[in-house]
Amino acid sequence: MEAKAARVPLLDIFRCFFWIGLFSFGGGLMPWIQREVTSRGWMTDKEFFPGMALAQVLPGVNSTNISVYVGQHLRGAAGAAVALGAMLAAPFILVLVAAVSYKIVLGVPAIQAAMAGVAAAAIGMLLKTAMSSVQAVPRAVAPISVMIATFVAIAVFHFSLVTVVLVATPISVLLAWPRGNNDA
Amino acid sequence: MMRDDSNLLGLIVVLAPLSLASVGGATAIYAPLQHEAVELRQWVTPQEFLDYFAIMRFTPGPSSLLGALIGWKIAGFWGALVATLSLYIPSSLLCYAAARTWHKFRGRPWHTATERGLLPVAAGLVCAGVLALFQLSGGDLKVGGVIVGVAIALTLFRKLNPMFLLIAGAIVFELVFLAGI
Repeated sequence: MEAKAARVPLLDIFRCFFWIGLFSFGGGLMPWIQREVTSRGWMTDKEFFPGMALAQVLPGVNSTNISVYVGQHLRGAAGAAVALGAMLAAPFILVLVAAVSYKIVLGVPAIQAAMAGVAAAAIGMLLKTAMSSVQAVPRAVAPISVMIATFVAIAVFHFSLVTVVLVATPISVLLAWPRGNNDA
Repeated sequence: MMRDDSNLLGLIVVLAPLSLASVGGATAIYAPLQHEAVELRQWVTPQEFLDYFAIMRFTPGPSSLLGALIGWKIAGFWGALVATLSLYIPSSLLCYAAARTWHKFRGRPWHTATERGLLPVAAGLVCAGVLALFQLSGGDLKVGGVIVGVAIALTLFRKLNPMFLLIAGAIVFELVFLAGI
């Protein structure tokens, strides 16, 4: 059943996603969002991770999709709209600033170095998310095999993400089915 | 008010379908966007398109915001705004519908099975993502060091603000850059 403790104020949702949007360099956003929403008690890891898979499979950018998913979970349509708008607000303004000034900025190697550092830290956050998502996998042969197969299909064989998810998910769901009623 | 009505309409016609075509990330739309904006409609020159691509590396946000720069070029602020809305509203509506359906059926056996079934898939995807990004970022010692350092810091300090770690990453790289290593 629905177990929403208290209604999360829209302003809190806006503030949370605005800051994430402002610092969203290098695409490593999932971990940060995961950390923000779980540490505030807005969602559990088990509620977040299906959204993470959904956001990656559906068309559209992962970061905007996961904002919509979290916003919808917290406050329905209004929550989704606020989260999406907040996520894009700062990048939108900065991209316009960049449009005017980019010729100067692009030529400064020191700025490029700083950006690469931000990107590396973002990968570190993704590593932490990878660790939590591995921990969330049930300790049984079937789910662990699916996890390894998914990893190998993408990392080693470079199959497209959408193909892998469309093949792996039905298999994984079927394997999880008999135990599906036991607990959450 | 809006003298660029035809341009604004053109932005919607080009970008809204791309919103739904960006499967697997923003980079999927680069090729079709370049074809439409540079070759067919000549909104921007090839050099401008490449410059916009570079801008995406040092501004935050999804790299498909490149469309906003094209909008800015041909129709100013309103062009940028219309481009952004065209790029993100269609895919967001689809995601909203999916999220809503997902939450509506909480507690059903198939929902629980799907939730459980998605966990190992999501875990495999993230692990592959870490590896791919590590290789893409050059995969040298300072990248590896920052990655492991950040993951350890996040594990040890549960209340740590990630923004602090991003800035720390920038500082480390800046020091390495200044030291000329």
